[in-house]
Order: sequence, then C-alpha cells, then structure tokens
Amino acid sequence: MATALRGQTKVWHRRERGAQFAAWLAWLVGVAIFVYCWREVSDKTIWEFVTDAPTQAADLAVRMVPPDWAFILKLGRPIWETINIATLGTLMSIVVAVPVAYCAARNTTPSVALVRPVALFVIVASRSINSLIWALMLVTIIGPGVLAGIFAIGLRSIGFVAKLLYEAIEEIDEGQVEAVRATGASGAQVTTYGVVPQVMPAFAGISVFRWDINIRESTVLGLVGAGGIGLPLNAAITTLSWTQVSLILLVIIATVIVSEWVSAKVRHAII
Amino acid sequence: MTDLAIAPRRWKRPPLIRSAWLRWSLGLGVALYLALAFGTTEVNWTRVWEGLPRGARFFAAFFPPDFVSRWSEIADGIVESLWMTVISTVIGIALSVPVGIGAAKNIAPAPIYYFCRAVLAVSRSFQEIILAIFFVKLFGFGPFAGVVTLSVATIGFYGKLLAEDIEDMDPAQAEAVRATGAGWLQWINYGVQPQVMPRMIGLGLYRFDINFRESAVVGIVGGGGIGATLNTAFDRYEYDSAAAILLVIIAIVMVVEYSSGYLRRWVQ
Repeated sequence: MATALRGQTKVWHRRERGAQFAAWLAWLVGVAIFVYCWREVSDKTIWEFVTDAPTQAADLAVRMVPPDWAFILKLGRPIWETINIATLGTLMSIVVAVPVAYCAARNTTPSVALVRPVALFVIVASRSINSLIWALMLVTIIGPGVLAGIFAIGLRSIGFVAKLLYEAIEEIDEGQVEAVRATGASGAQVTTYGVVPQVMPAFAGISVFRWDINIRESTVLGLVGAGGIGLPLNAAITTLSWTQVSLILLVIIATVIVSEWVSAKVRHAII
Repeated sequence: MTDLAIAPRRWKRPPLIRSAWLRWSLGLGVALYLALAFGTTEVNWTRVWEGLPRGARFFAAFFPPDFVSRWSEIADGIVESLWMTVISTVIGIALSVPVGIGAAKNIAPAPIYYFCRAVLAVSRSFQEIILAIFFVKLFGFGPFAGVVTLSVATIGFYGKLLAEDIEDMDPAQAEAVRATGAGWLQWINYGVQPQVMPRMIGLGLYRFDINFRESAVVGIVGGGGIGATLNTAFDRYEYDSAAAILLVIIAIVMVVEYSSGYLRRWVQ
C-alpha cells in the first residue's frame, strides 16, 4: 500500500513507485511483442481472402442447411468406433500411466536422480505431441483403421494422466504412509494401503476427465485415416457434400454433450 | 473368552463402491462393453504383424534426427508457430474476459449469462482441427486462419475457467469494495479482479503452452505454422527431419512449462 503526497493531501496508489514502473514496462514490452508478431503474420496473409470471408461464410451456411438427415443411418458404426477409440485408448493410457506416475512422484520414485527424469521426459514427450500427429505416424506404421486411433489416443493421454496422477501422489498426507510403514508393512504394502487409498478418488476423476477429452479428440482422428466419425467427415468435406458435413457436426456436438454429461455424473458420484 | 471371539476376525479393505449390487452390475456392464468393443473392432492383424518391422524401420529412420538439411524451413515454421501462439493467446484472452464475466452466474443477469454460456459451449465442442478446416476455407491458407482458430479455442477454454473462478470468489471482498461507493468498472477492477488474477495468469501461461502445441496441428490442414513443415516432412518420407521437428516442439514445450512454473510462483 503506497501513498504519495500531492500538495498537502495524501493520495492512495496501488503500488510503490518502482513496482508501478516495472508493471508499466512489462506492459510496454508485451505490447511491442504483440505488435511485432501481428506484423509478421499479417505480412503472410492474403487480405483479399479475409475480406471475402463473410460472403464465403454466408455461402457455406446456405449450402449446409438443411442437414441430410437420411445420412444418419450410416453414422451408427463410425460413432460406435469413435467411442471405442476413446475408451480403449484411455484404458491403454491408464495401464501405462500408473507406473510412470509412480516413478515420477518425488515421494514414491525409486530414484530421484535416475528414474524420475526419465519418467518426466515420457510425460512431456507424450503431452507435447498432439494425438493427430501420433495418429499420422501410427497410420504409417500399422495402417489406417481403429487400432491406429486407439494407440494414438493412448500415447497422447499417458502424459496427461501421469502428470495429474503424480501431482496427486506428491500431495498425499505423509502421516498416513508413515503409520502404515510403522506397522512393519513391506514396500508394496505401504503403496497399497498408504498411498493408493489416498489417490484413488483423484485417479478415478482424472481417468473420467481424460475419457471425456478423448471422445472429443477421437472425433477428428479420421481426418488422417485413423477411424471413427472423422472418416465420413473427411469424405463429406472432400466431396463437398455440405449437407452431410452439417449433420456430422451436429452428431459430434451431441456425442460431446452426452459424454460431458456422463463424466460430470461419474465425477460427482466419486468425489 | 473375549480373545477367542476377536481372533478370527480379519480386517478387509473397504471397497470403492459400497453397494455390492451396484459394484457387480457395474463390473458386468464394463466387461460386456469391453467384449463388444473388442469384438467389433476390425483390426487387420496380418497388417499389424507386418507393421512391426516397418515400425522398427520407421523409428530407425527417426535416428539420428536431421536438424541440418531442412533447418531453415524448420526455423521458419517454429517462428511462425510462435507468432501465431502469441497473437492468438492475447486476442483469445482479451475476448474471453467479457465472455467470462458474462458467463459468471453471480455477476451477470440471466439473459447475458445464457448467451455467454452458449458461446462457450459452441467454441468448446469442436476440436481445433475442425475449426481450422472451416477457417482455412474462409480465410485462405496461411497463419491467419490458424490465429483465428486458436483464438476461438482459447475463448472456450479461458472464458469457462474465468467464469468458474469468478463464481467461486469470496463475495465479502467484492461487497466491501461496493460499499465504498465504487462504480461497476471499479468494482470489477478492485473487488473481483485481484481475487481471480493469480490463477488466471497461471492459466493464461498454460493456454499459451496449449496454443503452441495446437499450432503444430492446424498446419496439417493448411493453417500455417510448424504443422505444415511437419506434414511436408512426413509426405516426403523425411523422417529424420520429422524427428528433428518433434524434438524442437518437445524442447519448446518444456521451456514454456518450466518458465511458466517460475513465473507463476513469482506472480503469486
């Protein structure tokens, strides 16, 4: 809380003079960076296309209405595949993420100097690469189809699940672990009775949350050939059947809303 | 006597779901679903089997990562991604502040609340890549479409979290500012903003991180940035260059993550 004398009266200021100056400087630098970036991007943009956008949008909107409702009969299988990709991918990621998280948490890792950095690298690597890029690679290796999608979702989710889980493990109450250890329990018993019960609700919450995200992500994997509803979406876009595109988008919204509702219900039930 | 009565009792860990009936039917349902899911998943196992050596060769082709021969393209792509990330994070957050305030139930009147919630829901339901396809159609190829995509996605993410944070704030502090006779803007500035600011700065940095990662994807459908370079590398079977790009992405994500952790501590 800083005050300055202006004439005879004390005037309240939010910050000390130095802090105020630093804040002002930070803003200036931020604005300068933004302006510079904007100039670079605008140099690479063809502005004729941008000014044309409203007409294009109106044109597209007209072509997308009404949705081709008859097409919905052909979407049953892709939707089922999408849900399977999300669920099986989440399961796969959980199986891998649990040991990784155990190794990454500072209080449970076998070795802080050796194992922990490896586990942290696995987490960051898995998180930095988008599922679509994972899918792009996997389609090249194991061919197009649902399996590539499952693996892409799985590999992408490991980092997310493991990161949140290891943070949960680091936040546990050490007193309880100590109490279990004091009974003479072995290392595995300390984990099962001291650590697991404490992180179980967080773990269940994280898994459901990731499943919800994965439903969203698996809707687009088909764009690179990895199965699910993205496949007909891609086909509809390339053949310019906009009435089918709008129907598929509606179906995606419905699926996402339902999955969000399910995950909210489940999370309320456990936490 | 009492010793005998107690001795045979053994402690059992309490189950996660208390009702036995619910536990068993849930287990059965999950098993049934998994059987169905595996049963209907068409996997071409011969192709997978053939894929194993191909996968090994694929990963072998990743090593050693080739930073040199395509370095200028990689650098261009990375720099373009960074520009896109900066602009879209700033624009997205700037736009999501009014939307977020409007979507907070304890501040906004009902019609505005429902309108803003609808905006958030729509911008959140679609993957970045679907938005990118449409924006590339509207704005043409190049980073501008990517910037618009990431900005819209940022609104959905940041606006929702901002709204939830405002809803969770301590009303007493806001009330105290209002009691001094502050106007609406002053009330927001001194009563609400200081309460949500630390968390929102952290989330802004987190969104920067996400936008950078997503900028690697919008390029696949023509939205500019490193994704375009990566896609080209895959199309030309230059896996060593692709490996270099992936490593650069991982490195930048790591740098952003560490510096954001540091910044967050400094801000709080």
